[in-house]
Amino acid sequence: MLTYTIRRLILTVPTLLFISFVIFLIVKLSPSDPTANLPLTIPPEVREKIRESLGVNQPLTVQYLLWLKQFFWLEPRIVLEGWFGWDLGTEGEIRLISYQTRSPVMDLIWQRMPQTLWVVGTAYLVGILIAIPIGIYSAYKQYSVFDQAGTFISMVGFSVPPFFSGVLVIVIFSVLIPTDSFWWLPSIYDTTHEVVDWESFKFQFRQMIMPVMVLALQITAQISRFARASMLDNLNQDYVRTARAKGVRERGVVMKHVLRNSMIPVVTVIALGIPGIFGGAIITEQVFKVNGLGQLLIIAIQGGDVPMVQTLTFIFAILIVLFNLVADVLYGLLDPRIRYD
Amino acid sequence: MTLKSMLMSAVATVALTPMAFADAHEGERGRDGQLNIIYWQAPSTLNPYLSGGTKEVESASLVLESLGRFSDTGELMPWLAADIPTVENGGLAADLTSITWTLKEGVMWSDGTPLTAADAVFTWKYCTDPDGGCAQSSYFDGVENIEALDDLTIKISFNAPKPFPYTALVGSESPILQAAQFADCMGANAPTCTDANFGPIGTGPFVVTEFKANDVIQFAANENFREEGKPAFATVNFKGGGDAASAARSVLETGEYDYAWNLQIDPTVLADMESKGLGTVVTAFGTSVERLHINQSNPDPALGDERATLKHPHPFLTDPEIGKAMSMAIDRALLVEVGYGAGGQVTCNVLPAPAVYASTANDGCKVQDIAGANAVLDAAGYMDTNGDGIREKDGMPLSVTYQTSTNAVRQDTQALVKQWWSEIGIDTELRNIDASVFFGGDPASPDTFQKFFADVEMYTNNFAGVDPEAYMANWRCSEIPSPDTQWQGSNMQRFCDPAYDALVDKLAQTAGIDARAEIVKEMNDMLMASYSIIPLIHRGGVSAHANTLGGVLISDWDSELWNIKDWYSTK
Repeated sequence: MLTYTIRRLILTVPTLLFISFVIFLIVKLSPSDPTANLPLTIPPEVREKIRESLGVNQPLTVQYLLWLKQFFWLEPRIVLEGWFGWDLGTEGEIRLISYQTRSPVMDLIWQRMPQTLWVVGTAYLVGILIAIPIGIYSAYKQYSVFDQAGTFISMVGFSVPPFFSGVLVIVIFSVLIPTDSFWWLPSIYDTTHEVVDWESFKFQFRQMIMPVMVLALQITAQISRFARASMLDNLNQDYVRTARAKGVRERGVVMKHVLRNSMIPVVTVIALGIPGIFGGAIITEQVFKVNGLGQLLIIAIQGGDVPMVQTLTFIFAILIVLFNLVADVLYGLLDPRIRYD
Repeated sequence: MTLKSMLMSAVATVALTPMAFADAHEGERGRDGQLNIIYWQAPSTLNPYLSGGTKEVESASLVLESLGRFSDTGELMPWLAADIPTVENGGLAADLTSITWTLKEGVMWSDGTPLTAADAVFTWKYCTDPDGGCAQSSYFDGVENIEALDDLTIKISFNAPKPFPYTALVGSESPILQAAQFADCMGANAPTCTDANFGPIGTGPFVVTEFKANDVIQFAANENFREEGKPAFATVNFKGGGDAASAARSVLETGEYDYAWNLQIDPTVLADMESKGLGTVVTAFGTSVERLHINQSNPDPALGDERATLKHPHPFLTDPEIGKAMSMAIDRALLVEVGYGAGGQVTCNVLPAPAVYASTANDGCKVQDIAGANAVLDAAGYMDTNGDGIREKDGMPLSVTYQTSTNAVRQDTQALVKQWWSEIGIDTELRNIDASVFFGGDPASPDTFQKFFADVEMYTNNFAGVDPEAYMANWRCSEIPSPDTQWQGSNMQRFCDPAYDALVDKLAQTAGIDARAEIVKEMNDMLMASYSIIPLIHRGGVSAHANTLGGVLISDWDSELWNIKDWYSTK
């Protein structure tokens, strides 16, 4: 298992290098211009100067190699300096600078991480906690009213986009319900809010309800369908009949034998979804102004901010590659039938 | 006036009276708590010299100030300067080659150090450094030198007579930076000064307490602000993100925010939200005009590299009679109603404001006249000879491609215009292109508005400040984009008339507002008579504020938040 993991980890290096190059080319060769969104009152000579100062006009290979150097050599050293207080000689080096803000890309990413992890991470957790019981019960009582209702809700969760469901809950809970009511919820997320006491925690909880529920609806839909299908596969297996024949109580059959076996693929699906948490939820973040990593990415794309888009998408790529590996390893650990060595 | 509307206006008068008293609202600084502002496009930096975007310029205007600002009526008001220099008061040299500003006495930066003329000199050097990529460097065009005569006196010398000298260090786009803070940020070092760019020290009513790029800014009242008892608000929460509709909702429907900027949404939706009674929609008209450019060169792809250049005139659009008919066929009032509501007015001029420059010679276009347009085309000899409903010129059908950027209102306008043109026998093919590509200057892309590989294109342009000299110079022959200029240039429709160029030169040497207005009107009328530009809508900035927020005087001549020091709460 260990050698397998190490072999896979070594293989990720060329994979990631290749991915970074492809991302770079896609972003760079697309017709975008960091000065395109400026007012038309700014004359073309000035725009050219701005592009010049951003380094947009340098040869592609120079830009790519510079990005590699900054991302893999300079930025990690700065992180280490920040954590341990060492001096690794990064003073005075030009960091990876975003075109739009003219500030270091990694600082912005660190700044955005908390709200994305809070909102999208909580939604993921809530989604899983709701989805698995629904999946289990739906499978056990297949074609019952509960199962039909679960199927219906999953379909709604799958097919209703968050730009609809998000605005719908805002209209209900922020517009129709009066502001002084207990049920009223804020439609705009305050990213500067800090939780220090019970009151501020209550506020944080209230402002997270709507974005988390909208996201959790989608996550629940996906995972509950998966859990149900996996349960159904196992419920008809021979070992289940054997267990019942041995006189194991129904509860024990379902919750011990069937559930543990059906969770193997579900756990892998959950692991594969984790990079998505870091990717943020672009639309939901926009609707509730959570302004996390998803919003950072979409604003950067609109603004032609190549270093930001490149770095963010590459970090997502790293996470996806890593969690694929984690999912494979988990699968091997959980399922004794699977051994990689 | 019906009885009902009379009663309504009586009620309105009664309701407004207390507000008139409230305008004399005074008290100690910071008495009104927090002001919540939402800009759905979030500011990326607070240094307007490094961005140039409206959102950055306006958010920075809470902190950074300039010598003068333009009021809601377009009047230049002394701000950090004691008064506005003119030839009469001796501040402006008689030969128009230099201007001398005097700072107000006792103005402090928010860190407690005094503002001096040296800061103004530094700002000029900062923005004109060749490696800095300063977005506002055009404000310093023609400036030969800026020097500090003493601590409070700034002399700006120009390299030629400058009839309108109020550009450098005037208006929200060109504020004064603190020399001490930005001393190490010149030229190529500009991006290394993140702390300074995200938290500039200013003389304005507020100071930055927290800046999260593309997300939110927190401001607090500046304790060193020069005016007693101002600002009324202790803190400002300046949130960004989302879209225009949700920003409007947060002010007009949920009441979570006090001020929302740039609400270009369906006018019926906005009116619906406003009817909830929590807030008011306000509009400011500046110089923005949504217009059609009629290509005077031939965009035929068969011409290869010479496509859309002056070497090949357009086969039929160079005839003003066709442009005239196209203009007559358009019902501008309906376009306003469908797409703009309170945020638009019908216009027949490419230069609709300031009022002194607006021509009245072209007002005939305000009313749609399809029959008249058909008569114009008939008289000019363009007939439909093969019965397909499309007129021809020498066997060539009058068929045009009409492009614009992707935007719901623009696509509605396109569809309506296409319908009206079909009624006068002109066939139209519609295209829309993503705004970042259309307005992007990428010379490799065939879809930019400069290349204009179409017959008609539509967008909005305007000019900053109140002087149209540079704007009217956009249509010189030498401004035509072509392969020789890497497709740079602002004369999109490729209009070229030596008589017009002569007027541009004359304007650059004429002082006195009345004489200048005469020339500008003549230039506007020449452009209109050529029908190479068809103005459609005079667009205003649409914003909304809560009914509990007083003192808002929205301006399109400067930052919308130009007088935020005077804002107060009526709660």
